[in-house]
Amino acid sequence: MPDPYSLRVNGVDCEVADSDLAESLLFVLRERLGLTGTKNACTEGECSSCAVLIDGVLTCSCLVLAATAADQEITTVEGLGDGRDELSVVQEAFVHEGAVQCGFCTPGLIVAVHDLLEANTEPSDGDVREALSGNLCRCTGYGRILAAVHSAAATKRSGS
Amino acid sequence: MTAEPVVTPEPVVTTAPAVTTGAANTAAGISAGAAGADTIVDAGTRGVGADVGRPDGVPKVQGRFAFSSDLWADDFLWGHTLRSPHASARILGIDIGPALATAGVHAVLLADDVPGRLNYGLEHPDQPVLADGQVRYVGEPVAVVAADHPDVARRAAEAIVVDYEPTDPLTDPEAAPTAEPIHPNGNVFREINIRHGDLDATGEVVVEGTYEVGMQDQAFMGPESGLALPDDDGGVELFISTQWLHVDREQIAACLGIDEEQVRLTLAGVGGAFGAREDLSLQIHLCLLALHTGKPVKMVYSRDESFFGHVHRHPAKMWYRHHADGDGRLVKVEARIVLDGGAYASTSSAVIANASCFAAGPYKVPAAHIVGLAARTNNPPCGAMRGFGAVQTCFGHESQMDKLAAALNMDPVELRLINALDSGDRLVTGQVITGTFPVAEVILQCAGAPAPDIPPSDDRRDLPGGSGRTTDAADTVRGTGFAVGFKNLMFSEGYDDYSSAACRVADGVATVTCACAEVGQGFVTLAQQIARTELGVDEVILAPAQTATIGSAGSSSASRQTWMSGGAVQAACRAVRDQILADVAADWGVSPDGLVLRDGLVVSLDGQQEALLAQITAGAGYEADVEYHHAPTEALDENGQGNAHVSFACAAHRVVADVDPDLGLVRIRDITTAQDVGRILNPTQAVGQIEGGTAQGVGLALMEEIILDNGQVRNASFTDYVIPTTLDMPDVTIAAWVEHPEPNAPYGAKGIGEPPTISSSAAVAAAVRDATNLPLPKIPIHPADIALG
Repeated sequence: MPDPYSLRVNGVDCEVADSDLAESLLFVLRERLGLTGTKNACTEGECSSCAVLIDGVLTCSCLVLAATAADQEITTVEGLGDGRDELSVVQEAFVHEGAVQCGFCTPGLIVAVHDLLEANTEPSDGDVREALSGNLCRCTGYGRILAAVHSAAATKRSGS
Repeated sequence: MTAEPVVTPEPVVTTAPAVTTGAANTAAGISAGAAGADTIVDAGTRGVGADVGRPDGVPKVQGRFAFSSDLWADDFLWGHTLRSPHASARILGIDIGPALATAGVHAVLLADDVPGRLNYGLEHPDQPVLADGQVRYVGEPVAVVAADHPDVARRAAEAIVVDYEPTDPLTDPEAAPTAEPIHPNGNVFREINIRHGDLDATGEVVVEGTYEVGMQDQAFMGPESGLALPDDDGGVELFISTQWLHVDREQIAACLGIDEEQVRLTLAGVGGAFGAREDLSLQIHLCLLALHTGKPVKMVYSRDESFFGHVHRHPAKMWYRHHADGDGRLVKVEARIVLDGGAYASTSSAVIANASCFAAGPYKVPAAHIVGLAARTNNPPCGAMRGFGAVQTCFGHESQMDKLAAALNMDPVELRLINALDSGDRLVTGQVITGTFPVAEVILQCAGAPAPDIPPSDDRRDLPGGSGRTTDAADTVRGTGFAVGFKNLMFSEGYDDYSSAACRVADGVATVTCACAEVGQGFVTLAQQIARTELGVDEVILAPAQTATIGSAGSSSASRQTWMSGGAVQAACRAVRDQILADVAADWGVSPDGLVLRDGLVVSLDGQQEALLAQITAGAGYEADVEYHHAPTEALDENGQGNAHVSFACAAHRVVADVDPDLGLVRIRDITTAQDVGRILNPTQAVGQIEGGTAQGVGLALMEEIILDNGQVRNASFTDYVIPTTLDMPDVTIAAWVEHPEPNAPYGAKGIGEPPTISSSAAVAAAVRDATNLPLPKIPIHPADIALG
């Protein structure tokens, strides 16, 4: 086994021990660090269920070797709320608009929507659809998800 | 040893906030039907009928909800499956030596290691747990491995040397009945002949067609996964994503050769299902490895393995001949339907029954001759998927209705209206519809909705093919299509698919126990709503869904859980309510009829007395455990006649599509729907079912097909098997929930999960035909079918 290395995840330095260097960031997050919020739906970069932010860049964690992210700031769905009881505006909107069914795609979508609304506070319907076109969802047909994104954008604009 | 998984699904969240439906396309006025007799609490509370949020919504948006792939236990091993690369082959020998010698490998198991029954199956146990001398489809499990790292397990599986002698696969279901049997049970799963009315009748206008539907995958997001833990007494505990815990247990125990009580299943978080989790996948393999190694074993399929690990929607070939009189009234429908069931039985015999029973559509058909065949081939096994046989035949009968309308020079909607079934009418199986069945109203609400306002757009994302393609707006043509479809609710043909539930009220808090598999549909929300309505409490705890604590809830399929497990929860809550009221009535010296439970109180209707439920139920508590059964059904006779079904639901879709005829690209611009729902119990969840079900139909119509080449699957990935994205799905406008409460259903509610998937594919195909004037007899419609058609 290689030497242990450290990943900085959600502001916390995490030691990764006994990890094969071939392990993806998705695997290390889930199986080494216990951060199972990041999901394993396709593991080939097609569905974005495993989306995380690496130095602020939206990334499929299944396509990144964990060891290569050692010096970068990683944000997962667990790092987006304000603690266990406080939801982010995006998370709140997903709950309120009924955007969650089975919920397997949800963490990746939450991360992707955070990324979208950081860059564009007034996305058009087309902007939202294009931004989320890499996030597959099989339950919802996307209707409530799109409603949640527009609701979250409006809430953020109003500053509440 | 028994290790507790560190992470288990969080069973209890009782304080989810109420949600409101925010979308304009589900605006007010969607309730078209009459008010029902059953009492539904006023909206604004958190009971039945209210827009209550999911209790698991908050943990799911936080990433804290534990799916079956998120579990772990101390010192657990990873399982991996070796699968057949051949569609048909004899196994002459297997050498596991190199695999066993791999460092980190704890077990390599073959068919000989299965201690109990060698075969399993949902209806007929004809599928080997591990291949025994013969493989019959690509992906059939041959060996399972347990190792201390998933990559080690995978590499060890690759090191197993299997000496195969490939044989020519049987891949044509139409040739199967007369071909050499590829299984001891033969090549025919079931043949059905429905003979109804005057079979010599002929119509003034006759139209004929042959149609095909491709093999669709359920493509749930959460791949098959689970964690098995051996106990100290030869038993096993399994945390699993499934649709039906108790029928899994039955099959697992038989194949392990132990008592059912020694196999304890707990539902882990389920990442979607849509039929694909009704059959077993890795359940027995996990338990075998755990019992063999004495350690917890976890297995998680990759996406490509998932394509091989579960059954698919049956591909269909359908021939139809419709006879009508000069006014368009149907005289007779003839059809022959062939479903490719693949290598093993799964639910093929029930799927072909549905396809045949509903082959003529929701129309009055005085005479019918329907022949249905489900055949065994060396293609991947097919079984349950949302719509269960009715999806395929809806594409057939609706294509025929459009063809008939054209032959009659009649409006296609008008043709459907004059033939629409209603309560009191007879199906082609001879069954009289005794419940509500407002087909005409559903058609009128959908077709009569205002035409969509689609303003001209210079946004390339609105064009067929999207921004990355080369369609020019001037080259697109627009078409509109309409379709209506229906199916049965619950299981049919004499099957008693009951559900069980228990309720306990103590200290003013209700606890509901039910083994209903929550697969995303929102039963957990509904169970809480029902308990609140029946018991007048606010706090409702849902106990984990487990085999050890409660009886079977039946399957989360066939649009049945709202009715069946909803009915069981309602009955359990009412039994507890009656006990409480009887005790209080005796104490107060009044009749229990004069008492109600409301707002956490026991209240006398005359307003004279009240008491806190928390005090009445302090300490000891009240509880009840019930089974809920639907009305009995009967088998179909040799002419396919009989009262085989419990209840029916229908939906209609109107689709507007833009098509680039040269490039064969399609952009759906609008979908409008109406649905026969009985009664809506949770508006937001109902919208979610309708939008999501519609999207799966859109996928089948335009893009989703497992491509087979002599039994080999050519596109087992999300790169090559594509499902609709945000750019493929337009907004779905729900023109109406047609609410006519179903007389025998709890709260009058019909299941709503499947109807949206039934008619949406056919409506999309009709829209593309309308735009292109091409016959397009097969779905999915690929670009080449249009561009070269």
